Amino acid sequence: MTRILFAFLLTFAGIGTASAALKIQSWTLANGARVLFVENHSIPILDISVEFDAGSRRDPQGKSGTAELTNAMLARGLRATTTPYAESEMSEAQISDAIADVAAQRGGGTGGDRAGASLRTLSSRAERDASVSLLSRILAHPSFPENLLERDKARTIAAIREDETKPESIGSKAFWRLLYGSHPYSQYPTEASVTSITRDDLVAFHNTHYVANRAVIAMIGDITRDDADAIARQLTARLPQGAPLPALPAVEVPAPSEERIAHPATQAHILLGLPAVVRGEPDYFPLLVGNYTLGGGGFVSRLTHEVREKRGLSYSVYSYFNPMAQPGPFQAGLQTQKEQTDEALKVVRSTIADFLRNGPTPQELKAAKDNLIGGFALRIDNNRKILDNIAAIGFYNLPLDYLDTWTAKVEKVTIADVKAAFQRKVALDRMSTVIVGNAK
Amino acid sequence: MKFRIALLLSAWMLGFLPSASHAELAQEFMLKNGMKIIVKEDHRAPTVAHMVWYKAGSMDEHNGVTGVAHALEHMMFKGTKTLKPGEFSQRVAALGGRENAFTSKDYTGYFQQIEKSKLEKVMALEADRMANLVLDKEEFSREIRVVMEERRWRTEDQPIPLVYEALNATAFMAHPYHHPIAGWMSDLLSMTVQDAKTWYERWYAPNNAVMVVTGDVEAKQVFALAEKHFGKIPRKAVPVTRPQEEPPQRGIRRVTVKAPAENPYVVLAFKVPALRDVEKDDESHALDVLAAILDGYDNARLNAKLVRTDRVANSAGAGYSNIARGPVLFLLDGTPAAGTTTEQLEKLLRAEVERIANEGISEQELKRVKTQLIAGQIYKRDSIFGQAMEIGTMEMSGISHTKIDRIIEKLKEVTAAQVQAVAKKYFGDDALTVATLVPLPLSEKKAPAAPKGLRH
Repeated sequence: MTRILFAFLLTFAGIGTASAALKIQSWTLANGARVLFVENHSIPILDISVEFDAGSRRDPQGKSGTAELTNAMLARGLRATTTPYAESEMSEAQISDAIADVAAQRGGGTGGDRAGASLRTLSSRAERDASVSLLSRILAHPSFPENLLERDKARTIAAIREDETKPESIGSKAFWRLLYGSHPYSQYPTEASVTSITRDDLVAFHNTHYVANRAVIAMIGDITRDDADAIARQLTARLPQGAPLPALPAVEVPAPSEERIAHPATQAHILLGLPAVVRGEPDYFPLLVGNYTLGGGGFVSRLTHEVREKRGLSYSVYSYFNPMAQPGPFQAGLQTQKEQTDEALKVVRSTIADFLRNGPTPQELKAAKDNLIGGFALRIDNNRKILDNIAAIGFYNLPLDYLDTWTAKVEKVTIADVKAAFQRKVALDRMSTVIVGNAK
Repeated sequence: MKFRIALLLSAWMLGFLPSASHAELAQEFMLKNGMKIIVKEDHRAPTVAHMVWYKAGSMDEHNGVTGVAHALEHMMFKGTKTLKPGEFSQRVAALGGRENAFTSKDYTGYFQQIEKSKLEKVMALEADRMANLVLDKEEFSREIRVVMEERRWRTEDQPIPLVYEALNATAFMAHPYHHPIAGWMSDLLSMTVQDAKTWYERWYAPNNAVMVVTGDVEAKQVFALAEKHFGKIPRKAVPVTRPQEEPPQRGIRRVTVKAPAENPYVVLAFKVPALRDVEKDDESHALDVLAAILDGYDNARLNAKLVRTDRVANSAGAGYSNIARGPVLFLLDGTPAAGTTTEQLEKLLRAEVERIANEGISEQELKRVKTQLIAGQIYKRDSIFGQAMEIGTMEMSGISHTKIDRIIEKLKEVTAAQVQAVAKKYFGDDALTVATLVPLPLSEKKAPAAPKGLRH
């Protein structure tokens, strides 16, 4: 579930962009940490995110859930240290109270590729210093108390069991499993894998992955560039240098298959797709523009028109590309009353097939561009959205002018580009299908 | 993905504390036909949130046609005298806009987010469907099936929403909060296009609507545009929904829901005062602070004690939203950890309130909660959409948006003694409803038969 939520975030964040006025400053610290900063004094707040190559694809074999637990337990306790600073230990409660006392908000989480922590704080000196200093320690000195690990494992397992009763979670796990075979993207935490995770696993994962030389620090808010530099140094001063991470296996598109899973819900949940697109690859813009017409453009997409508006078969029907560090999925899906499953699936397949054959019409291409370009300002109109965008630019090494050139890249997509990109990435006879709730 | 939102902002889902801003003050203007226009300028980015709110939600429905407020919300995208079905959304999309709509117990709202130069165009579209909606029988027969799919997706197949549906139907016997926003399935099955038409004609009038615009605009210009596009829509006689006051509860009520799930769940709902008069309703402000003491930050009492320290719950929370047209509930809820029953968790949740009733709260806790309140006023300025939602929600409940800052001031004045007093006063048995989820294994639930008579 986490992965899917994160996936959406990535999709939207990644396609975000900037008006000419958005100036991203970027530099690299001596310890290798990368900084991306947007100076903005319109509100007295500061947003920070620090991310690492510490997503669930880095889970040790057989121990799925390590990345997630490590991240979730960063603030369960801090150990006492002497270097580089003498600092005393803090309990979970003390950390939470200290953050609340300066009215800061701590966030973060674990996705397939990246994991990290974020902070929203008042930019006034006292509050900012207190919260940034705490975040620095949370990233570097988690104590992973044994007894709290047992507690959090029990909670995680309860949540996993709950997920195993929910058609959307069942479907999503089966979908990633079918698409990614033996690749780490196919793995998800199970009761057995979480049970096997020890405190040593968390300590090792943390030491290997939460390292200065792979930190990506994104900041926006009411501080100067000098402040930002000092904060970036502070955030990484306690972090070690990490050895290079092992290369991950390549993603191979598996033979297509269909999995039907029985479930008592009134609706069937249908997912179909295949591994498709890497962050920053040239096909991304034609795919983005084309998918607007196919299933991305909310109430006006072909899938919505055919499945919902014309036939009343579903409340939600969609398709999207989820670009990741390695080929992330193209996914289409819907929920429909069980008895209508085959009818709905047929409509979805024929809508996709027609689009692959013919691409968008000139009118549809224009509508897609009008919306994407005309709506560009909405992608960067507050600090939170800008933070998400620059964090993705930093982590995935997208060009710094990514947001500045975004509308031009959309503008220049042609019908032929869309057709060619879709034909390269999406073929009906290579797609796998998961249906939860309508077993045959 | 975009959804028309049916359940957003039901009482217990709203953030616990409304907060105010020290930025530009919102300005207000009344058209001659009774439509109120509220504008809050915010020039940080060249975008605008444009919303039209109607004071008509599921609480204004009658028996047999529950869900019609929400069904009409869907039909508002299905064409006017000059626009074909779906054309509204196509036009907004062509302008680069994002749009959606939401229905709650108290109101129905429509919004677009757009680049600022497009404001007049979406305003013209919104004005058109206020006056010129065409309700076609064929379109309705398809859309009501979409609405039923939405109900299946949000409620029928979701254990926790089923629990809340049962909770409301049990806590409220006379008041229309008894009924779910989405409507009962049987009412959806028998609903006709005429029901939607009647609803539209009854409630969709300028004098029953409030426009809220936030973002990079000049208030005067917005007022002029509103006058131009909405000014000529005639006022209507809008009916008054009867009070349907909930009689005093005379004893604890319990309801059980069995549904496929893994973990049990329990929610306790106490009938408590709503906020009607910002200056006088100090108990409501104190309840608001009480909710924050219990669940307003990571290490607030319920999580600290029940989840983190005693480990009797996997989650525990409190919620109180005092901004509503109707009666409100103070909620305590949680998922027990292995080894704890829902009966035990129910007692443990109440014990935390009793502890406050007996021992009070510390000045440090109170200060912490107030610190968050003040910061919240600043953080919220990052979202023009959120600010427009806040203004609209206040207005619909009958409290002027001009009171937003005043509420914060009143919350800052709440004392530890006041918090202790409300904890003592309102958490007895007599006005309590407890709803419990009993998990069923997946294999035992029989899927209900398909509804009859839907195909055409």
